[in-house]
Amino acid sequence: MEGDRMTTDRTDPVVLAPAPALLRAALDATSEAVVLCAVDTHEILLVNNAARALTPALRPGMSADSSPIAALNEAITTGGRTFTAQFDGRHVQGDRRALGGEHYGWYLQDVTPLEQERARTAFLAEAGRRLAASLNHRRSLRTTAELAVSHLADAAVVVLPPVRRQSEWVRLVAGATVDEGTLRERRLGEVPGLVEALGDFPPIPSRWLDAGQAPDWLLPRGSGPIGALLVIPLPGNAEPAGALILARRGADAAFSDDDELLARIFAARAGAAISAALLYRDQVDTTAVLQADLLPPELPQPDGVELIGSYQAARDSLRVGGDFYDVFKPTPRSPDTVIALGDVCGKGPEAAVLTGKVRQTLRALRLVEVPPDEMLGVLNQALLEGGRQHRFVTLVVGSVVRADHGRVRLRLASGGHPPPLVLRADGTVEEVATSGTLVGVVPDIVVHPADVELAPGELCLLYSDGLTEARGGPSGNEQYGEQRLHTALSSCHGMPGAAAVERIRQLVSDWVRGGTRDDIAMLAVRAPSRTPLSLRGGGARNASPFAIDSRRNERRPRQRV
Amino acid sequence: MTVFTSSAQRSLDDPGFRDHFLRLIGDGDEFGAVEAVTALLDQGVPAQRIMADLITPAQQRVGELWAANEWSIAREHAATAISERALAAVAARSNVRPHRGRLTIACVDGEWHALPVRILAETLRLDGWRVDFLGASVPGPHLVTHLHQTGPDAVALSCMIATRLPRAHAAITACRAAGVPVIAGGRGFGPGGRYAEKMGADAWAGSAEDAVARLAIDWPPVIDDPSTSAFLGDDEYTWVVRHRADLIATALERLAAAYPKVRRYDQRQADATAEDTGHIVDFLAAALYVGEDRVFTDFIDWTNSVLTARGVPPEALAAGLGVIRDQLHDWPGCLRLLDAGSIRLRPPADAD
Repeated sequence: MEGDRMTTDRTDPVVLAPAPALLRAALDATSEAVVLCAVDTHEILLVNNAARALTPALRPGMSADSSPIAALNEAITTGGRTFTAQFDGRHVQGDRRALGGEHYGWYLQDVTPLEQERARTAFLAEAGRRLAASLNHRRSLRTTAELAVSHLADAAVVVLPPVRRQSEWVRLVAGATVDEGTLRERRLGEVPGLVEALGDFPPIPSRWLDAGQAPDWLLPRGSGPIGALLVIPLPGNAEPAGALILARRGADAAFSDDDELLARIFAARAGAAISAALLYRDQVDTTAVLQADLLPPELPQPDGVELIGSYQAARDSLRVGGDFYDVFKPTPRSPDTVIALGDVCGKGPEAAVLTGKVRQTLRALRLVEVPPDEMLGVLNQALLEGGRQHRFVTLVVGSVVRADHGRVRLRLASGGHPPPLVLRADGTVEEVATSGTLVGVVPDIVVHPADVELAPGELCLLYSDGLTEARGGPSGNEQYGEQRLHTALSSCHGMPGAAAVERIRQLVSDWVRGGTRDDIAMLAVRAPSRTPLSLRGGGARNASPFAIDSRRNERRPRQRV
Repeated sequence: MTVFTSSAQRSLDDPGFRDHFLRLIGDGDEFGAVEAVTALLDQGVPAQRIMADLITPAQQRVGELWAANEWSIAREHAATAISERALAAVAARSNVRPHRGRLTIACVDGEWHALPVRILAETLRLDGWRVDFLGASVPGPHLVTHLHQTGPDAVALSCMIATRLPRAHAAITACRAAGVPVIAGGRGFGPGGRYAEKMGADAWAGSAEDAVARLAIDWPPVIDDPSTSAFLGDDEYTWVVRHRADLIATALERLAAAYPKVRRYDQRQADATAEDTGHIVDFLAAALYVGEDRVFTDFIDWTNSVLTARGVPPEALAAGLGVIRDQLHDWPGCLRLLDAGSIRLRPPADAD
């Protein structure tokens, strides 16, 4: 404490001069709050006017280390030189300064405005983070209510503009969980200021709103009477995105001007988030309608034929792309099921739109019962005359029909597409010998169709080149390739069709270690096994002298499920 | 019809019933398996019990049988496909009006163990949730898009293999940043879901029943700022991942010197070799990412048991660890992990 000791020079006229009463008057006259204490007993000797106004609880004669201010007591006990305390809604900060060897003073400051500003900033920062996080409309409404209750009011209700005479609302009361509902438009007028807020009129200050007029239904039963009400618009895209109703409980509750200002700043952010989410929802709805026809179809399951499709859109697309498959059911005049799988050049929405046209053309051609190779020829003409240049498509079209003894017969025609593969009952894999010109480039195309017959348990796989061109492997840049696909398909020997297609997807996904860069489409036709699988009694043991090769058919470790 | 009568007379508690069901799925007998579960439903056995006490344990056995080399991969896949059909039959028979909220359920990108997650989806659906099941291997961006479009009350994310943890972490962070809390599940998250907490998941469930219980009370939790748990891993992790291709290529070259027969491998065998080497590197990276040695040593134990079942001595795997270790002298964390892995491969007498 040596450094703190005031050096008293008896000759100094300033120190010598005044009487105690004058000193006291001087202290009372300053705006700085001072509490003077004795070092040995911590007895409070003097509380000046400013300190009395700030901390009425401190009085001369009481001991500063057992005062009503816990933070002060703690600072004294622990030898701290500062404390901050909160009482009567004020934030007070005290600094201890030594005053000679026997006395010291606590110099007090009202830091309430600073603390309030800090809390406001923290609240707005959190509001910004949480509101920006979601593009979901409903979630942004809930977040708005949650934030409002965390900082602005005891209860918050977000009311949306009426649609078809109904307004949706989201409500939260402190300590409860969010609830939601709808409200008839004519009841909106029962809440003071709500119609104005939703109608884009200037907001009405809280003090003009009679909280007693608020209808019973505004808050859940048992919430108690509302002391103060604030209704503010949530600004949107040139029209309100909704209104925010804030309520505080208690007879003397009020919203100060500062509170209203903060609520409006918050409402502006919340309104922006809610209207962005609304915009996103509208776009998603529109996209979903357009997408509906472009997504892979649900496959029919004709008797005696297993059909399995798989479509994986490139990582960043809208789940639609340039690959497609489709299946057309038998017609009254033709027992054949027609299948198609293809790949339109390009990616994204433009490619997807063309796949839609191709599928529609094939659907029409199927109805006039054209064989697969001729379908390709007509499609070629249609695309060339469609006027869209620089767009071509490769595809395989096939007709599928049941034959005797559980067999399935296919006629396949390829227009510049990788030939389908056939997995035979003995596990060998064959390419189907069909070839042809790609479609949509030259006026006359040549197509060589091929016939395939599947015995029970055999499978024919149509696929897009996204599968064989998937890059990955140990170097990260090697193509999956046809040889690996043959091996993979061969390892699916004995599996149901769905399991086989899933396994190939999985092997390719493991190869690229995650998302593919290109669309991958697969369509498998299988003649169902007639008897339970011939796997009874366990599979062959695949022991190997080489560690690394030992799991030759199992490409990835599997944890025990 | 023998299948029908035999299963109709049996109850789920009969000692032989689970073996009977395992035999049905192992034989690819879809009709029999569906009949078996339908008969149980007819007896009044709750769908939840059929999933938890019949289909789930059967599927665990399938995994064990594959690991022990008693079932081929084809049989394992076929059995899983039949289990899925049986599950679908159970689900189709039990309709529950959603009264809780909405959930999104997905397997993390690269994760293909969909059946346990499908069981979770059905169990939660029976508990009154509206469930969107996105299936196996869902890329993070697709998952987040789905969240923005549907605004669910939670995402249940499954990760069965530790190498997917970095991607699981990215997904968890993205979901929480979008304001949706995450409940993690699957053994990839470690014993007791230990790694899930590190990755910021709001909850972890060890089973479908756990998830039902956890989501039934006190949900949703308050989401803290997701950026507080957005980064894991260190410079060693970064280095290993960025040099993955080189590490594997060099390891394979050196392996060829050690095992001349490797040079005569066909493409399939060479791929398998490269892939296994890749697994060592990937699990090494995952252990560094999570900061848990156990990620790596568990992988070694498990791989060793799988190899032993196929007649492969532990020395072979040890050689694989050696050719990777030789390239990592500058990285103490990697050396520690690889050495800890090698110790697991020593014969018991040696290790004592």
